[in-house]
Amino acid sequence: MKIKLVPAKTKVPFLQQRFITFGISAVLILLSAFMFFGPGLNKGIDFEGGIMIEAGFETAPDLGDMRSSLGGLGLGQISLQTFGAPDDILIRVQRQDGDAEAQKNAVAKVKAQLVADNGAGISYRRIEFVGPTVSAELVDTAILAVLVSVLAILIYIWLRFEWHYSVGAIAALGHDVILTIGMFAITGIEFNIASIAAILTIVGYSINDTVVVYDRIRENFRRYKKMDVKDLLDLSINETLSRTVMTSVTTLLALIALFVFGGEVIRGFATAMIFGVVVGTYSSIFVAAPILLQIGLTHHNEEDDGFKPSDDEAYDV
Amino acid sequence: MISFPKWKAALIVLVCLLGVVYTLPNFVSKSNLEGLPEWVPNQHINLGLDLQGGSHLLLQVDTDDIVKKMLVSLTETVRTSFRSAEPRIGYRNLKVSRNSVSFSLRKPEDREAARLALSPIAVMMPTGQRSHLIEISDDGSSASITPSEQAIKDRISAVVLQSIEIVGRRVNETGVNEPTIQRQGADRILVQLPGLGDPQRIIDLLGQTAQMTFHLVDLSGSATGGSVPAGSQRLPSLNEEGQTYVIKNRVMVSGENLEDAQPTFQQGQPVVSIRFNGLGGKQFGRVTTENVGKPFAIVLDGKVVSAPRINEPILGGAAIISGGFNVQGAQDLALLLRAGALPAPLNILEQRSVGPDLGADSIEAGKIAGIIGLVAVAIFMILTYGLFGIVANIALAMNMFLIGASLSVLGATLTLPGIAGIILTIGMAVDANVLIFERIREEVRNGKSPINAIESGYKRAFTTIVDANVTTGIAAVILFVMGSGPVKGFAVTLGVGIICSMFTAILLSRMIITLWAQRSRPKTLNV
Repeated sequence: MKIKLVPAKTKVPFLQQRFITFGISAVLILLSAFMFFGPGLNKGIDFEGGIMIEAGFETAPDLGDMRSSLGGLGLGQISLQTFGAPDDILIRVQRQDGDAEAQKNAVAKVKAQLVADNGAGISYRRIEFVGPTVSAELVDTAILAVLVSVLAILIYIWLRFEWHYSVGAIAALGHDVILTIGMFAITGIEFNIASIAAILTIVGYSINDTVVVYDRIRENFRRYKKMDVKDLLDLSINETLSRTVMTSVTTLLALIALFVFGGEVIRGFATAMIFGVVVGTYSSIFVAAPILLQIGLTHHNEEDDGFKPSDDEAYDV
Repeated sequence: MISFPKWKAALIVLVCLLGVVYTLPNFVSKSNLEGLPEWVPNQHINLGLDLQGGSHLLLQVDTDDIVKKMLVSLTETVRTSFRSAEPRIGYRNLKVSRNSVSFSLRKPEDREAARLALSPIAVMMPTGQRSHLIEISDDGSSASITPSEQAIKDRISAVVLQSIEIVGRRVNETGVNEPTIQRQGADRILVQLPGLGDPQRIIDLLGQTAQMTFHLVDLSGSATGGSVPAGSQRLPSLNEEGQTYVIKNRVMVSGENLEDAQPTFQQGQPVVSIRFNGLGGKQFGRVTTENVGKPFAIVLDGKVVSAPRINEPILGGAAIISGGFNVQGAQDLALLLRAGALPAPLNILEQRSVGPDLGADSIEAGKIAGIIGLVAVAIFMILTYGLFGIVANIALAMNMFLIGASLSVLGATLTLPGIAGIILTIGMAVDANVLIFERIREEVRNGKSPINAIESGYKRAFTTIVDANVTTGIAAVILFVMGSGPVKGFAVTLGVGIICSMFTAILLSRMIITLWAQRSRPKTLNV
């Protein structure tokens, strides 16, 4: 017996509720913006500069003791957290004033103190240091990467479809990126280079989802010359709904496996991706398509804009 | 009617076979591979430092220091040029200003002679410009020599190359396996040290320029306080806290003239024995002959290692440096002296070190996550699409082989985010097949015959698949171009994954289903 996540023929009036879903999206975007500008992101050393040491201990140390002991070194703000296991501790030290020598000394001081408190059986699983020059460059490159990729995708959609679709796709992408950043701000998951990779992948995934719906909308415009635009959009979403859900589920299955079994280092990335897939799926149904109606996509537009069906050969039936 | 050309099928099967053949070596250990004949594919996927453990150090050559030194040496050139001119050219206020050397002539009529004397400094460069701009005012009261931007750039470039050489020697001396040292950008050096999870010693070694010079101690000044006479300076001791020495600025012998340095023991104390080359040995012999009984200071990077008394002339060109070293200290100093001094200080911009056990854990976790993800997706596909799901799974499995083979053959580096990329691809790779199968379902519902439904399902889904994958591909390309290190690894696997998934979904799964449909001629399709 085969399972069907979505019945064979659905007729969900998605667009009827569009102002409700627009409202939900608007509230979430505002919340994200508030969290971003208010409490802000928990920026990792990639973007903030500083030192990060992941150390494995033979027996789980007391975090409170370690905090006060390391705090006494005069290295400024130090944050501690267990990382996957109680005997695996992630130590973050703020960037030291001064040159590389100061950073090097700070690492040496922390290590010496750890040995003094816990004995020599410590294995350093990770030691990372990012200086101010590099962290500033990483921030610039990250912002540029997201902007360039969104722009490139916009141009591709514009060439393959027409401008209404570009606007809709960008709205959906902006929605997903903002919400994902908001998720980072709300959960306090460390925001680092891997998070940027996650955002870019979400952009890729979300646009993928959106394009599938748009493809069907374009096809249906050609097939049903007289159908009301709202009905046509609803029909297109419903026709692709089964695929949209299927792909989300398979991707989520893989990502959940990564989240559960992929180890602590990759967990933040997996979390962001899971969130992004859900949001990306939501946005291609509730943002990307309904917005086409709001900005006035009609049957007429296609001829006006010199729209040329590029895949007519597919309709040889 | 439905057909699938034999040559196309053969080609698809061939690609799949190659995929399997080139992936298999990854399941065989390196030592076992060595025994195989040469024509057998034997490439492993390169593991990034985050998976095999190791350190990544990004160093920056101190360019300000290079420019400063360049200008200081320019003042020396000016001085000797004017002194050796016939007749001598009088000057005053020769000094380094912001980015040039300035001076004034004592006599305005020396203007042309000065210009002539300095003209060898401003050489013609390959770009067609002069390397330095020489300006002397009409009355000779203000003059300057400014190195051109290109000349500075060339100098920095030369220093960076020289630094890479020295860094390489120092790293190799420590016995790290297969280090890579490359230039990055104008003034950066990337050092990668596989297997080294805690590079503290290397960082210590690279943190010193290790410029060693030998000076006479200025005995007129007090060693603990008071004013320092002109031509001398007060320097701290290297190993004795609080101790300072007043030494004469003039370099008697330079560390450049060292030929060898080895750690050894003298009266149970770790010391470094050094040997000079011919020139250095001669200079050292002369200085020690002329200054018997006086202390002689050994200075390393502006700190006095020790200032022993010269008991007798040292003529053999060999000497011992003692200075309260521990064993490691003596070893490191010997290593630094052997490898040579860095032409400019290096700053560490970025360090990323992963211990080997974390790397192994990450691989293990990645494998488990990958297998579970793969199995979960495969079961789900069969539950949803039945027979067609099995075809999608064959395509998915082949997709994994093709990714493995591409990474092995391309020599791409697999990183932890790269593994995440592959696992993500597992989820997304079935998307193309999902699109096709959903389309076939629709066509069947619209009353098409099974074979027609299959045919048009593939045909119609094709443009959607291309559009959808190109957009994801754009994100992957941008990540690759702009990302660094691990993130690049993610972009590679995502990009390779997209290409492979299009091949397996559009060509492989289509071939299997078409051949199946031709053979069994189903009356109804159970998608």
